Amino acid sequence: MAIRSPEKRIWWNEPLQKKEIVWIAIAFLWGLTMFATMIVWHVIGQQNLSNEAYRITSDDYSNRTEAMAAKYKIREEGDTGIPVVHPPAGSEVYMLARLWEWWPILELEKGQSYRLHLSSLDWQHGFSLQPTNINIQVHPGYEMVLTITPSEAGEFGVVCNEYCGIGHHTMVGKIYVVDKK
Amino acid sequence: MTATTAPAAYPSTTFRTCPETGLRVDAKAEALIKANAVVAVVFLALGGFFGILVALTRWPAVHLLPAEWFYLALTAHGADVLLFWIIFFEVALLYFASALLLNCRLAAPRWGWVAFVLMVVGALMANVAVLQGDSSVMFTSYVPMQAAPHFYLGLILFAVGTLIACFIFFGTLVIAKEEGTYEGSIPLVTFGAMTAAIIAVFTLASGAIILIPTFLWSIGLISNIDTVTYKLVWWGMGHSSQQVNVSAHVSVWYAIAALVLGAKPLSEKVSRTAFLLYILFLQLACAHHMLVEPGISSEWKIFNTSYALYLAVLGSMIHGMSIPGAVEAAQRRRGFDHGVFEWLRKAPWGNPAFAGMFMSLVLFGFLGGISGVVLGTEQINLLMHNTLYVPGHFHATVVAGTTLAFMALTYIVVPLLFRRELVFKRLAQWQPYLFAIGVAGISLFMMGAGTLGVARRHWDITFADATLKFEYPQSAFLMMGLNGIFALIAFLGGAIFVVVVVGSILFGKPRNAAAIEANPVVLANGGTIAHYGGEDTLKLPGTLTLVAVFFLSFILYYYVNWKYLSEVWPLS
Repeated sequence: MAIRSPEKRIWWNEPLQKKEIVWIAIAFLWGLTMFATMIVWHVIGQQNLSNEAYRITSDDYSNRTEAMAAKYKIREEGDTGIPVVHPPAGSEVYMLARLWEWWPILELEKGQSYRLHLSSLDWQHGFSLQPTNINIQVHPGYEMVLTITPSEAGEFGVVCNEYCGIGHHTMVGKIYVVDKK
Repeated sequence: MTATTAPAAYPSTTFRTCPETGLRVDAKAEALIKANAVVAVVFLALGGFFGILVALTRWPAVHLLPAEWFYLALTAHGADVLLFWIIFFEVALLYFASALLLNCRLAAPRWGWVAFVLMVVGALMANVAVLQGDSSVMFTSYVPMQAAPHFYLGLILFAVGTLIACFIFFGTLVIAKEEGTYEGSIPLVTFGAMTAAIIAVFTLASGAIILIPTFLWSIGLISNIDTVTYKLVWWGMGHSSQQVNVSAHVSVWYAIAALVLGAKPLSEKVSRTAFLLYILFLQLACAHHMLVEPGISSEWKIFNTSYALYLAVLGSMIHGMSIPGAVEAAQRRRGFDHGVFEWLRKAPWGNPAFAGMFMSLVLFGFLGGISGVVLGTEQINLLMHNTLYVPGHFHATVVAGTTLAFMALTYIVVPLLFRRELVFKRLAQWQPYLFAIGVAGISLFMMGAGTLGVARRHWDITFADATLKFEYPQSAFLMMGLNGIFALIAFLGGAIFVVVVVGSILFGKPRNAAAIEANPVVLANGGTIAHYGGEDTLKLPGTLTLVAVFFLSFILYYYVNWKYLSEVWPLS
């Protein structure tokens, strides 16, 4: 009776049933397997998030982002005035988050690797790259650097998926992936 | 009913003996349990109301609320159900599992009322702050987004009240031991409640460490709070409090199985060890929220997100066999011994306490448990972080799991403690099914939408007002529509619960001797059943089948998600 004291005072000496022992052993081994799977993926998997990050000031970050955008700007997106930036393969690529935009728009080449820098100038934001579905938290004061290799060409949306105030649902950015030139 | 008096040192304590369970009930404990339970249900009604507004807004074809109101309602929904409903109920549960189950007087009942007042004032203060409109910061209130000072102050007062209640629980355990009100060890349900209370102290300490500086920051006394540290410590409260819920609702499962069927744990040792694993490892779960944050090492993530080798998950998997196993053993003792599943077919499905408890167990395990492990896997998290998958997961744990279990227990609490017959009995019988189906749908369709990338906490997934456009796949819109429909079903189930409970307390027929005989809610003599005989004689083919199905689903779904992960852009 789970609502009464154990029937036998010395309950800890009662023998266990075999089926319980077997299930506990299976469950424990499954836990070890899942634990090992995460480690193994660091060796064989291609999707492991970078641990590289820096504490920065938002001014510094926005200056570097603007410098990159000025250097590699190839056009503006329609009549929005937002620059589309095509940095060379393998280079340092910046995207900043602020209320309520992802800036600038990036154009990357399929199959090339880039060092993508992410940070926020104000509140926390969520970098949600769609439809490929990569989701990364973006903090103010922290710059995260990860190496990405776009594996498909097309137009990708960057949705903000960390609530950031009343304009949150209008915060959409864009990444173009084009075939190698 | 007979009233007896306590030892001479405490002349003011009066007891009655419960005619149905034989337990000795301290009048002061009983009053506190009733007060906390009633306020819990009020906040459930309030939070459920905000919840349906949220779901109807996220249903693209309905899109009910304007953006400002949506974010306000979402903040209120989280606070009212995830904090206030659940924790008020848990405080009632702590008093029940200590004073009542141990036949003991409650320690410091006056402090119990102080705790109650602090919690009510805190909860109201936070609600007022949210409704004033300048505290739509979501349940998580991530800095540097700022709420009004009285939002944080309300939460702090609420936490202080809860902490007092935990210490009253511990004090009652000490008194029961000293006054010898029970023999041997404390019952398993009390042990589980103790697990919850111990984790709660850790949880509330984390809450104090983060909420007090945040309150000081909101009134301008502190200039800056580090955003990553805030998340880490905040989740020391936010996720650990979910582990309080797990411990509490697992105890409730054991309690209902015992009260309704006379089920006895297969092994006290195994069940208690499983609870102990919760105490030792569950607190590491704040790592679940740090898997895609900047600057945290993979070693730290892997160790913490897996609760150190998945040892807390092991605890839940153990309960996942021992509770249905106890039900099966009890049913077979009662003669339902044919085939693999007669015990389950002939279970008291018309008793809302049992039906709610069993569905809570199944949905928590299959939907909440498996999705939680997958979501908390270091690399897989980047597929799901902050998508609707996250609320999909935790609606399976805290709504289908905790809330449904607490609703089920309420169907026993109303007749036993409020001494009232249920009104609308037929509706009450349907209630757990409606609620379970609704919540299962909500969880599944939100997880589905999340797998398709849909953001959580988002007013408009058509991005109509955005400068740059993006379109989610059509299937995502279908998921959100289905989510809305099932939210309506769950809301109906929740509303029936509130009507039945409030109606019974206010207008139910008094539960007299005739009613007890005609309509027993617990097994005769409080569910005491004869000894099972040697443990080795137990046959549990049904439970073993259920466990095998669970385990295979778990493995399959786990590796399907690794497959999804392998398809996204390589990143390092």
